[in-house]
Amino acid sequence: MTTADDRRSRRAASRRERRAERAVLASFGVTALAGVALLVLYAFGGETQLEGILLAGCLGGLGVGIVVWAQELMSNDVRIEERHSLASSPEEQAAFEDAMVDEEGFTRRRALQLGLLGALGGLAAALAIPVLSLGPAPGRSLFRTAWRQGSRVVGPDNQPVRPESIPIDGVLTVFPEGNVGSGDSQTLLIHVGADRLQLQGQAAQWAPEGFVAYSKVCTHAGCPVGLYRAVQGSLICPCHQSTFDVLRGAVPTFGPAARPLPQLPISIVDGVFVAQGDFPEPVGPSFWNVHSGGADGE
Amino acid sequence: MTDHERPVDERPTVDHLGRPTNEAARVLAETGVDPSVDRQTELERIAIWFDERTGASHILRATLRKVFPDHWSFLLGEIALFSFVILVATGVFLTFFYVPSAAPVTYQGPYTPYQGQEVSAAYDSVMRLSLEVRSGLLMRQVHHWTAVIFVAVIVLHLSRVFFTAAFRRPRELNWIIGFGLLLFAIAEGVTGYSLPDDLLSGTGARIIYSAAMSVPFIGPYLSFLVFGGEFPTTAFISRFFVLHVMLLPALFAGGIASHVGLVFLQKHTQFRGPVERETNVVGRHFWPGQAFVSGGLFFLTAAVVAAIGGLVQINPIWAYGPFQPSLVSSPSQPDWYVGWLDGALRIFPPIEPTILGITIPSAFIPGVLIPGALFTLVAVWPWVDKLITHDNREHHLLDWPWEQPIRAATGMALLVFFALLTLAGGNDVLSVFLTASVEELTHIFQILVIVGPIVTWLVTYALARARLQRPPPDALEAEAEEHPGRPRHRGMAVQRTADGGFEEVEA
Repeated sequence: MTTADDRRSRRAASRRERRAERAVLASFGVTALAGVALLVLYAFGGETQLEGILLAGCLGGLGVGIVVWAQELMSNDVRIEERHSLASSPEEQAAFEDAMVDEEGFTRRRALQLGLLGALGGLAAALAIPVLSLGPAPGRSLFRTAWRQGSRVVGPDNQPVRPESIPIDGVLTVFPEGNVGSGDSQTLLIHVGADRLQLQGQAAQWAPEGFVAYSKVCTHAGCPVGLYRAVQGSLICPCHQSTFDVLRGAVPTFGPAARPLPQLPISIVDGVFVAQGDFPEPVGPSFWNVHSGGADGE
Repeated sequence: MTDHERPVDERPTVDHLGRPTNEAARVLAETGVDPSVDRQTELERIAIWFDERTGASHILRATLRKVFPDHWSFLLGEIALFSFVILVATGVFLTFFYVPSAAPVTYQGPYTPYQGQEVSAAYDSVMRLSLEVRSGLLMRQVHHWTAVIFVAVIVLHLSRVFFTAAFRRPRELNWIIGFGLLLFAIAEGVTGYSLPDDLLSGTGARIIYSAAMSVPFIGPYLSFLVFGGEFPTTAFISRFFVLHVMLLPALFAGGIASHVGLVFLQKHTQFRGPVERETNVVGRHFWPGQAFVSGGLFFLTAAVVAAIGGLVQINPIWAYGPFQPSLVSSPSQPDWYVGWLDGALRIFPPIEPTILGITIPSAFIPGVLIPGALFTLVAVWPWVDKLITHDNREHHLLDWPWEQPIRAATGMALLVFFALLTLAGGNDVLSVFLTASVEELTHIFQILVIVGPIVTWLVTYALARARLQRPPPDALEAEAEEHPGRPRHRGMAVQRTADGGFEEVEA
């Protein structure tokens, strides 16, 4: 390379450096200005979108400045470092083993080692106690809700529900009196019309005057089965689209749910809805012994 | 000149009995004045103060001179780390305002539709933070968006490590730690978006409860222990809060420390190149070059999430309303990283056999078994890979994705499987756009999640094989092809030798 070429390339390099320096300074300037603007904005009451833009400008200026500084003005040379094996030498490994087990006679006391293991097992059991306190044992609670024989059916307003207050194709989320909002007792009371219902046996007696009541908790993943398509008479869970046939005992017709929504036995006493008892089966998502409690109610 | 021989002003040194061992110490003993102090700057004096108490200079110097390979894909892990820092910073701010309580309060804030309505203290506090605390909504949205990006970048980083086989010996341990970090990140996300106690988050919590319940024998106990009883409980908000702000961040921070510590110890992997060998590491010094780039990247990451957090609404809990066990919004989608689980729950056929009195609930296979099996496969992949490649040697040079067709095909098939399940998790939203019924879409997805990954596997395998069989172009061309846009530093480079010295080599 000639001296003239050399000088020219050095001049070009220094021009480039000056440009980079100006860019870095400008970026840092953006940061400072955006920071001050953010303070002013805050003082005048703040505005989420503008705050976001200014904060982005504040941080972005700093980021751009630092990266340009590093890429354009710092040594970009390729460095090479040797890798060294991480493993210790066999001598060191052996020495460690000696220090760990052999020298102090730790491994010779076999009975004590076993005793220590047993003691640690006991400690683990002791530590499990506070963990078990985190929740009650499920017991029979999954098999029961707040519905009892004679529970009055109330709406979300805690008022008893009369048949004439729900028009045909109408739906109301109902609860046992005194338990409005209860998670496992929530029930859908649907006015289907007596001529459309195709319930068999006992289930038919639980559906007076064309009204039928099903648990609102999906038997798949426990979401409230909130969508009712009156034309098809189907209930749909918005979480995973399990679909249940209201006319035929809420058997699942589509989607991942495999178990019908349990039907609440209801009757009309003195012009208001009253439960004849609890659900015959557990409500909500299935569990391993979900079918073991069925004999209870019958 | 090599930089570790730079002359420094001699400071007084003494032996173990306090006798001066050099000129400066003798001057100090005679005159009471340290002759080197005048020549030290404030910064040097502070540095010396710390070094005298820790001996850190030796270790730190080695750290500053560590060499880091330069490739854009190596920055993904850094962005994940930066996202975590941003999450902690914004999260601390949110914690000052959040009330982890399901206790009922009467909403009296400025949002008129709910005035006078009974909501939980948790929902009330997030409403106040969002609508009344100045810059509160910005911080909340930045936190949520960063969480969304956090998991995405972790998945990208994991994919990079997978497809380039960076997990091979001696880095299997760090693969496992990184996998644990992914689980913690997802758990952080799920516990986090459950905290506002709005209608959507309550729905997510309920599905977690049901999935836990579906485990044979221990399911009911499991969900009762986690939630403190039958859903909905008043306990789960405060429990998720403790998990979200205490236990999981502590686990994550510990995991990150060991993850990054191991990268430091084992040195970073690198792609093949003209000087790159299994026995060296080629790149930039950590200080100042690499550290400045990383520092700048941190602020750029923060800038991006600040802009998105300010401009794009996320989780508008006032629109969802407070959680009530008998209500649900439609459509209801979780954050993207659990969407695939929701999709699996949606499209799995209604199978609920009862064998010998033991029921396998319909949510068990798609909600517990399939995710568990897939995640286990990902976790043990380094050992599966050894079975495929019959290779248990140490590797510091990375593979290109096509170099091991079975690995590439399996990785792509898994990604397609997750992507299809995620789409299936939005089948109700898609049905609006595609004007197809949810039922039709569900059936299509049931076929796609089987066929899609198989086709992907075969196509990827064939493409990788074809790429492998292409005649290798000459070395330089290959180099230029493999590193498009990477500045080539031809000329001299400084090489650190095995005994710690430096020498110049032709790069």
